[in-house]
Amino acid sequence: MKPLKFIESNTIALPTTDIDTDQIIPARFLTTTTREGLGDNLFHDWRYKDNGKKNPNFLLNQDSSKNCQILIAGDNFGCGSSREHAPWALMDYGFKAVISTKIADIFKSNSLKNGLLPIVVDEETLMDLLDNSGEKIIINVEKSEIQTSTKKIIKYTIDKFSKYCLTEGIDQLGYIQRHKNEIKKFEEIRTWTP
Amino acid sequence: MEINKPKTLFEKVWTEHEVNHETSSSPAILYIDLHLIHEVTTPQAFSLLKNLNLSVRMPNLTIGTMDHSTPTVPVRSFKDIEIAGKSAANQVRTMMKNCEEFGIELFGFESKNRGIVHVIGPELGLTQPGKTIVCGDSHTSTHGAFGALAFGIGTTEVGHVLATQCLLQRKPKTLLIEVNGHLNKGVTAKDLILAIIGQIGVSGGTGYIMEFKGDAISNMDMEARLTICNMSIEAGAKSGMIAPDDTTYNYLYGRPRSPKGSDWDRALLRWKSLPSDSEATYDKKVSIDASKLTPMVTFGTNPGMVIGVNDSVPQKKNDKSFNKSLEYMQVLPGKLISDNEVDVVFIGSCTNSRINDLQQAAQILKGRKISKKVKMLVVPGSQKIKKEAEDLGLDKIFISAGAQWRESGCSMCLGMNGDTVSSGKLSVSTSNRNFEGRQGKGARTILASPLTAAASAIEGRVADPRKYL
Ligand code: SF4
Repeated sequence: MKPLKFIESNTIALPTTDIDTDQIIPARFLTTTTREGLGDNLFHDWRYKDNGKKNPNFLLNQDSSKNCQILIAGDNFGCGSSREHAPWALMDYGFKAVISTKIADIFKSNSLKNGLLPIVVDEETLMDLLDNSGEKIIINVEKSEIQTSTKKIIKYTIDKFSKYCLTEGIDQLGYIQRHKNEIKKFEEIRTWTP
Repeated sequence: MEINKPKTLFEKVWTEHEVNHETSSSPAILYIDLHLIHEVTTPQAFSLLKNLNLSVRMPNLTIGTMDHSTPTVPVRSFKDIEIAGKSAANQVRTMMKNCEEFGIELFGFESKNRGIVHVIGPELGLTQPGKTIVCGDSHTSTHGAFGALAFGIGTTEVGHVLATQCLLQRKPKTLLIEVNGHLNKGVTAKDLILAIIGQIGVSGGTGYIMEFKGDAISNMDMEARLTICNMSIEAGAKSGMIAPDDTTYNYLYGRPRSPKGSDWDRALLRWKSLPSDSEATYDKKVSIDASKLTPMVTFGTNPGMVIGVNDSVPQKKNDKSFNKSLEYMQVLPGKLISDNEVDVVFIGSCTNSRINDLQQAAQILKGRKISKKVKMLVVPGSQKIKKEAEDLGLDKIFISAGAQWRESGCSMCLGMNGDTVSSGKLSVSTSNRNFEGRQGKGARTILASPLTAAASAIEGRVADPRKYL
């Protein structure tokens, strides 16, 4: 995982609430055995028409959205299945952060493990970001701050450990492995056998 | 010390499995007792292990099955697997190779034990009270019905568990859902959990572990409890749990992988200490009166958009997502949901594919025919359930009613294996998600109980099952 300290980018807004992982990447694209290339099918059924042509009305298909790294989404983003293909698809497309008023648990955890930053803000901030979508904002990951296009600074909270892993590019598997002895001891002294 | 502080069921299981406590700067390291794996969410995890030259720490605590992208027609050769497409077949092949290479027991096509991952765990007695259980699948919450702490994880975490048998976790909060009163005739566990999600909303449980309690829950059999915990994730909860009791122990006794002999006695002693202490406190509480419920159905594109089967579709409101959802479903505000004609009926999925569910559907279909306009699939949750149903003659009831009787698997629940609902068609399904396109691109899904699904198949429209009981 690459360290993530700053994100400076225009934003894309998808104000729909409860965007589930089946919308982010439909199940029929999950038959892969690698994690690459999923970005092509990100939001597939919204992005493409039945005839396979791009839907010009969908934001991701518009020129203004090219190279955007920050997605502003309606409440309860990422609900539904545990597929890690959802953050993989978002990242493969180029996103580095998702901002919403609520982000589903498993999606959040999956995102953090891949270096996609999930940010939860209050309703007022979300409205503000949605109203000014398309504008450039700056996320300072180390300071847990968003600088909006109007130069307002918004603080957000993120679990300390998650932030540490993101900004340092720490691989969590390595972290658990460093506790090998404790795991072994646990296995020896527990009073039941699983 | 906190030794005497009253604890909830969740806190007891959590505490017992902490290798390391959490602190403000680091999460807990939680030990995992059972890791269930399937073909869709594991290939990238095994690749990670191979790249790092790691082995599986506890292959004996890891069990594999194939369910998501497998066909529900009999598999005689690899050609049959390719029905769902070359990449699905490749996924199945990769799963076989990985399990063999890493020494993991896999219930493959030839196995009598194969089935949907959340159906076979309980059925084999692998799912037990007080265990920590994970799987790369959000409906792992199902296993909480036994008083296990069970939750879904992503593929990176699957890799963590394979390599270390542990996970990094922050302790979730607790939400008590107290359900009192009797469920009326024709009203099932599925109707109850839909009503709960309707009440608290699809993100009402986010950040929480739910514990279901009350006489409505204690009176339920294990199959019904599994249905309840299965859908706790649809309210955003990390998991659902139900304290073990005699119903749980009777279910587990004698199952192939349940403890035997003196191990059973020892396990039982431990299991009996798990229910929440009477003084234990929860972060949040919700109460439901089960006796007020009728059969429930969804009308929109998330499982919280729920009404009674005889109710009208709600009016549009000042909420774009809500209105878009009604438009997608093509249901008319103010009109009865039962006015909607049904094209497909699906009985199956880890929510409602156990023997009781099939019996309930068969009870309604016995001696009747489904509407000529309706295509109906009945997909048992496991090969064992398939056999049991056939021994009871349920397959004959379904087939003579006009339905198709299949091999086990996830099937139309997520439409990965080729069993899909065509664009624009309306499906009444006993599964757990009615998201846009969940059952196929453009498919419109109404979630319901097996009773309601069977009644709807007969009438060719969304129907109240109570007149057939
Ligand atoms: S039946 Fe549906 S919900 Fe259950 S594991 Fe399979 S795909 Fe997931």
